[in-house]
Amino acid sequence: MKNYIKILIAIAAVGFVSCEADFENAVTDEGFYSSGTANFSNYVALGNSLTSGYADGGLYITGQNNSYPNIMAGQFALVGGGEFTQPLMSDNIGGLLLGGVQITSNRFVLGVDANGNPGPVRLEGTPTTDVLTSAPGPYNNMGVVGAKSFHLSAPGYGNAAGILSGAANPYYARIATSASSTVLEDALSLDATFFSLWIGNNDVLSYATSGGSGVDQTGNLDLSTYGSNDITDPNVFGAVYSAQVAALVAGGAKGVLINIPDVSSIPYFTTVPGPAIPLDAATASAVNAQFAAYNTQILPGLAGLGIITPEEADSRIVSFSAGQNYPIITDNDLTDMSGILQGQPFNLPPATAGLLGQLRQANSGDLTLLTAASVLGSTPDPSNPQLVVGVSIPVSNEYILTSSEQSKIATATAAYNVTINALASANDLAIWDSNSAFDVISSIGVPYDGGVLTAAFVTGGAFSLDGVHGSPRGYAYIANSVIDAINSKYDATIPKVAIGDYGTVQVTNNGG
Amino acid sequence: MKKIKLLAVISLITAVSYAGGYRVALQGQKSLAMGHAGVAVVNSSELVFFNPAGLVYLENKLNISVGVSGVFSNVSYQNESTGASAMTNSATGTPLYLYASYKATDWLALGVGVYTPFGSGVSYEDDWAGSHLVNNIDLQAIYIQPTVSVKVNENFSFGGGFIFVNGSVGFNRNLNRTLTDLEGNRSEVTLDAPSVSATGWTLSAMFNITEQLRVGTTYRSEIIMEARDGDATFENVPNSPLTPFPSATTFNADLPLPAEWTVGLSYEFCDKWLFAFDFNNTYWDVYESLDIDFADPNVPDSVNSRNYNTSATYRFGLQYDATEMFTLRTGYYFDESPVQSGLFSPETPRNDSSGYTAGFTFNVGQRFEIDASFLYLHFKEVNESYDAYYENGQSVPFAGKYKSNAFIPGLGITYKM
Repeated sequence: MKNYIKILIAIAAVGFVSCEADFENAVTDEGFYSSGTANFSNYVALGNSLTSGYADGGLYITGQNNSYPNIMAGQFALVGGGEFTQPLMSDNIGGLLLGGVQITSNRFVLGVDANGNPGPVRLEGTPTTDVLTSAPGPYNNMGVVGAKSFHLSAPGYGNAAGILSGAANPYYARIATSASSTVLEDALSLDATFFSLWIGNNDVLSYATSGGSGVDQTGNLDLSTYGSNDITDPNVFGAVYSAQVAALVAGGAKGVLINIPDVSSIPYFTTVPGPAIPLDAATASAVNAQFAAYNTQILPGLAGLGIITPEEADSRIVSFSAGQNYPIITDNDLTDMSGILQGQPFNLPPATAGLLGQLRQANSGDLTLLTAASVLGSTPDPSNPQLVVGVSIPVSNEYILTSSEQSKIATATAAYNVTINALASANDLAIWDSNSAFDVISSIGVPYDGGVLTAAFVTGGAFSLDGVHGSPRGYAYIANSVIDAINSKYDATIPKVAIGDYGTVQVTNNGG
Repeated sequence: MKKIKLLAVISLITAVSYAGGYRVALQGQKSLAMGHAGVAVVNSSELVFFNPAGLVYLENKLNISVGVSGVFSNVSYQNESTGASAMTNSATGTPLYLYASYKATDWLALGVGVYTPFGSGVSYEDDWAGSHLVNNIDLQAIYIQPTVSVKVNENFSFGGGFIFVNGSVGFNRNLNRTLTDLEGNRSEVTLDAPSVSATGWTLSAMFNITEQLRVGTTYRSEIIMEARDGDATFENVPNSPLTPFPSATTFNADLPLPAEWTVGLSYEFCDKWLFAFDFNNTYWDVYESLDIDFADPNVPDSVNSRNYNTSATYRFGLQYDATEMFTLRTGYYFDESPVQSGLFSPETPRNDSSGYTAGFTFNVGQRFEIDASFLYLHFKEVNESYDAYYENGQSVPFAGKYKSNAFIPGLGITYKM
């Protein structure tokens, strides 16, 4: 009897050891997917905020977990990819501390105000990530928030002592291996077998998000004269970028380059409509009466004196009508007339002269920045409700990207992309054309199993609440697109994620 | 001491779904060893379940059978377009049965049965690719059935009984594919209905056509488990008026335990051999939709299309009286899945299956028998999807390849007097 029980137990034990329901060909089996001619065992991602997983105006853990390199690394794991480390923040609040003092803002969340209207609000709370106490790198994800092309190769960019003066970057200082190291050196020290490089966005983007406040440095090769909101000279970009690519491929690594999208394809520049000022007929004619002297005397007068061209005079006429109107704006590219208007024959008081100095009405060629939403129509002087921004006070330059500023950006972007394309070809690397992809997202959208991914702010799903950086779903789409580029270049069959499994914006109310 | 042990065992009852839908066909080791065929086999009080009419033909006055099975079931899932994969990590189920019959007179036998014909225990890793459909489910139902068996003559008898059911349902899934709280924890709901009672009935008949050939038929009624005021708990929901889920509310839901009709025969030949065949028809078409009605008006009701089809099972068994001491059994059955293509939910990931069974009875003296059985349940790999999940009115299929199996050893004791 006992023997039979023993036999039964033995039979049972044999059965249970091997009783998992195994597929004939399991996705986790080696060889189910192919890495092609590339080797993903050690992947290093190099870039800026887009690479770091920055979103909603902050860097935070869940955003980093949904960075496109991290999503890609998850898929690479099916073709021999190894561990992918990221410099995770300490929380999901998003701000940075420097020696206990907060130096960057918290992230946005989608809150609901007292009237039930949803909108982006800064998350309340004290961040806990301190630049000075974070674990140094290098990490597989070497995306550094705010970095321009030349910053990746700049010694001292991670020197914490230079953060407050603007000479160094707190996000790199967190993880730099030394005060004099460069992002590129730290990345190279990982001996990547595969890399991605997406850099150059900020070489035009900071100019764009500042409303063209900086200088187009095209033609100026002296980096020491560059301001933070300037457009980088395309030759400077070409030189640093090609040196970076050369360093990355020197050890035989393969990789993918990503070009630069047009800034006009992101919601930061496309959400606030141009004609944002609603007026009834009576108000419109009253406002027009205020500008009558400007339109009919000052502008023709200055044109007659040869101070401005007749074309500029025409472009600066202000005219409101019943319905939605373009706001009046300050355009730095216009002739500054404030000095002349204080003299003969106009004799305007300095305040009025200053207001009219570079005044014009916005038009369909201008882009109104997301940040203008809270400014347009506001009355900054509580004692005088007649002073309305966009109607009687010009919207300042930092909120408007004019068509001439846009064309400077477009020219530089196109030049950078020529360099990126040429280096991809010359080094036989994969390339993802993010420029075309962003165009598609902002124009027709990308269908997925739960709808269509578009660039519409908050609702479109591709962008986070800062209007510039991706949402998790947007980054998942980027990861899939880069994987496509890698698969086709290296004859690999890396599977792609379901972007509908990735969220968009985080709803959360402060307090409670 | 023994009582405590018995209680401990009963509290471990976790019937694990391994047959079509959440039907668990493990209602007797002797029958199970013969492909779970037994509607026309007269050899023990397992007849309380298989065919009450046959009880009156048992030779002994008192017949008691108890048994337990260990269910080791596995489900693997993979999606080859994304590379996602998952495996269930389900607790070992231990469904029990207890049958007793007593021949009061030559023409009347009384009996009682306790058994667990329905159940499901499937547990995926939390937040797996299909977590918006199910993270884990635990469904249990215990049937208690007082039974009578009446002999009309040597060739014909009928029988039947009332069924009292007590069951419980536990279920957890994520609210959708993406919603999380601020820290990235997926928002989820847990449903718990710890004790649901219902009643039903069974009727059966047996025909002894010749000394060797019997025919039997049994019908067991449909029973709807009406969960009322169950507990629904919502966790990890972001703090926002846009997601107004309460931390707790109650729910109502109806879960059908479908009717089953069986017809079959047994044939004795060459003295020591017996062949049995059963055909089951399970009326799964009653399971159209799993609708969860939440008491809190802020929580949208959950409608989950099932549209099961009535399904058939074909069972074949063979018994051989090898020696005085040993009776050997083997069997096979083919179990049709009630699940329609396109409504293949990971909560009951069942396609058609083949069951291979074997077992033996060991006679310990005149009164005791030890019954052992082993069932290996084989499912083919299947490419399937659940298409009735919607986002913004748009169907979002959850598709992939499934592979399941189950290993079920069982042990029982029969007592005759």
